[in-house]
Amino acid sequence: MANRNAQWLLVIVLLTIFSVYVALPAEVKGVTPSDPICEEYAKDIRADTRGVRCTESIIIDLNSDFNPELNIRVTSSLGLDLVGGLRILLEADAPADSYTLADLRETANNVSRRVNGLGLAEATVQVQGSNRILVELPGVRDRQQAVDTIQQTALLEFVDFSGLNGSQFQGQRILTTEQLRRSSPEALADHIGNPNDGNRPFQTAFTGAILQAASAQFASTGGPTAEWFIAFQIKPEFAADFARFTGQRVGQPMAIVLDGVVISAPTIQAELSESGIITGNFSQAEATTLALQLRSGALPIPLKVATAEEVGATLGQQSVARSVQAGVIGVVVVLLFMLTYYRLPGLAADLALIVFIALNLAIFKLLPVTLTLAAITGFLISIGTAVDGNILIFERIKEELRGGRKLDEALEMGFNRAWTSIRDSNTSTIIICGILFLFGQTPGASIVSGFAVTLALGLVLNLFTAVIVTRTFLYFLTRLFHKAASERVWLMGV
Amino acid sequence: MENNTILTIVVSLTSLAILAFAFLTRKRVGLFDLVENRRMFFLISVGIIAPGLLVMGYSTVTTGAPFRLSIDFVGGSIYDLTFTSDGADEAAIRQVFSAQGDSNVIIQRVGGPTSNRWSVRGSFLDDDRVTQIVEDLNEIAPLDRERFQQQSVSPTVGEEVTRAAFFATAVVSVVVTGFMVIAFRQIPRAFRYGVCAVTAMVHDILVVMGVQSLMGLLLGWEVDALFLTAVLTVVGFSVQDTIVLFDRIRENIPLHLGEPYETIVNRSIWESIHRSLATQLNAFFIMIAILLFGGETIQQFIFILFVGLLTGSYSSIFTAVPLLVAWEKGEIPFLKQPAQLATT
Repeated sequence: MANRNAQWLLVIVLLTIFSVYVALPAEVKGVTPSDPICEEYAKDIRADTRGVRCTESIIIDLNSDFNPELNIRVTSSLGLDLVGGLRILLEADAPADSYTLADLRETANNVSRRVNGLGLAEATVQVQGSNRILVELPGVRDRQQAVDTIQQTALLEFVDFSGLNGSQFQGQRILTTEQLRRSSPEALADHIGNPNDGNRPFQTAFTGAILQAASAQFASTGGPTAEWFIAFQIKPEFAADFARFTGQRVGQPMAIVLDGVVISAPTIQAELSESGIITGNFSQAEATTLALQLRSGALPIPLKVATAEEVGATLGQQSVARSVQAGVIGVVVVLLFMLTYYRLPGLAADLALIVFIALNLAIFKLLPVTLTLAAITGFLISIGTAVDGNILIFERIKEELRGGRKLDEALEMGFNRAWTSIRDSNTSTIIICGILFLFGQTPGASIVSGFAVTLALGLVLNLFTAVIVTRTFLYFLTRLFHKAASERVWLMGV
Repeated sequence: MENNTILTIVVSLTSLAILAFAFLTRKRVGLFDLVENRRMFFLISVGIIAPGLLVMGYSTVTTGAPFRLSIDFVGGSIYDLTFTSDGADEAAIRQVFSAQGDSNVIIQRVGGPTSNRWSVRGSFLDDDRVTQIVEDLNEIAPLDRERFQQQSVSPTVGEEVTRAAFFATAVVSVVVTGFMVIAFRQIPRAFRYGVCAVTAMVHDILVVMGVQSLMGLLLGWEVDALFLTAVLTVVGFSVQDTIVLFDRIRENIPLHLGEPYETIVNRSIWESIHRSLATQLNAFFIMIAILLFGGETIQQFIFILFVGLLTGSYSSIFTAVPLLVAWEKGEIPFLKQPAQLATT
């Protein structure tokens, strides 16, 4: 018993130290991302930063080969309302009569899905006027980086499939040289390599950047009956390269890969220079969608960046500072209340609550969760309700003590009896979070997903701190004051 | 500011009342029978929800939506303002839009901290008002009229979201009922516990929506993305609170075999009431602190959460449990024969 509690205490202390370190503001840790040298670092991790720390991330690189053994990403991310960010105005790059407002909305939804991911990024995406999409990315100052983020969202590749059976890879995720160039090998771990080449990545021949236009058409392509196919045009500057590539590989398959997934692997019928067709037993809907994707990289309407500008915060720094200050006062009141109402257990709960706050703040930076004023307020109120588990346990302990049980027995019973209600009530809320998360996947509803993720994480942390951390602290506190607590039950809040 | 003070006083007084009640009943349990007066509590619930529904109905008839909706939900206009010299600031611009009846605008400086370009997002305004705004802005600092632009922007929270939220609530109701059937399987008629918990949850959603609609009518409060967050928080809290209470009943049934159901239930309420009160108090402490010392931007959010937490605890004790008893005693119309409806 004592042994187990000592182990837990060690785990808790280590976790808390780690969390407090992660949660500390960057300036305290001597990180200076505003140093000019850090711009170099942002482009190349090998840049010589001469002792200037550019990132909060915890990186351990034992043999200095820039292949770190440990790399924990730590980023503080504040929302548009608090720090402003970058506003990017995307303009439809197509004639006004070639799309409807519904298409534009769909495009905006796609963009939103990409910039928001799990819904934790708090980016704003709105349709502006009749031909523009307004994107605001919180906390981003680097224009190029942001534009890249939006533009690299869909990657179309023509991949060399020489000597392979193309249909075998249909719908599979494959690893290509272009993807490797754009992201890390870890992110592509589930992609398969070329079996004919020792599972090394497939060779990307061209990307979607070479396409001028693509459209779905219905005609006979040489067979006895008409079928749906996609006709595409190559930009003049790439025509010669494309001709050379296809000319050398007539009769071989060439894969068309969108965001890593093989969408079709047609056989090259002849040398192609300015234009070509893709056949593949498409239905009308399939052909239309594929043509759209080829044109725009999975966006229903091709977009170009009209402007990218820095925008300021919508709330003054003052209102943030005041809210945080208010929160601190509120938390102090909660700590005092727990201490006066529950005495010795209250002290254990207070310590556990501090651990809860540290763990939660660390999680915010590790995921990272973008903090808006609303998110901060929600977190502050969750601190108030986080003691619920403790209260359930302590009320039970009081009952047992009033019933005449001995201190140690009462503690044991209190935790055991409160556990079922803590378990069932939290399980139900976590289930609710799961449902909300799924529904938040609806385009434009990322706010719901973000809320569900943050709430669920808070609950899981709370289960840990309210039960295990409190029990461990209470165990050692009652060891210290065993005689006093046994003789004077008021110390236990009775 | 005035609203803020009133809200602070309301929340503080409620907390004081809870605190006083908690101390008065500290060592006594089963002071009076809460379940016996169930008809009264049902009437109180109806008395709170019915006006809310009426206000929402009235609002739907007159404005087309049960609430006043913010630009988060209906979209609006985005204005691009360029001043030719310094002198404009956020407060002055906000004042101009407020004077034309648009007090919930989002103002951002565009192009860096010393730029004279501003972007303002607000609700749709007719041309006369926009013309007036341009004139008034010109008073603050000379406005470059050539570069003045007004365009429509779509909602940040789309229609799909509202639909998704409704579906999610429906799915939550079914899944929570299912979960309760499993979690309470060792006591008879577990299904009823699920239904009552979900009823209490719907009760709380209706109370919060009614209050929001009423505040929209009285004080012009608008429903924004934050309101959605507040309602979802209330859903979680409501179910959690009800389950804690039901857990006590689940535990007490085998311990007090032979006692009438109402007695067991009443005892369970009194045994767990201090936990309810203490948890409420802690959340309220933080809310009071934010209302008193925090910024004014989120007072509506805080108030809706306050109402939600209050009704979340109220409905567990005064809706979910009495409903369970009424069902047991065959008082609910169409469900009058408990023995035949038993699921176990």
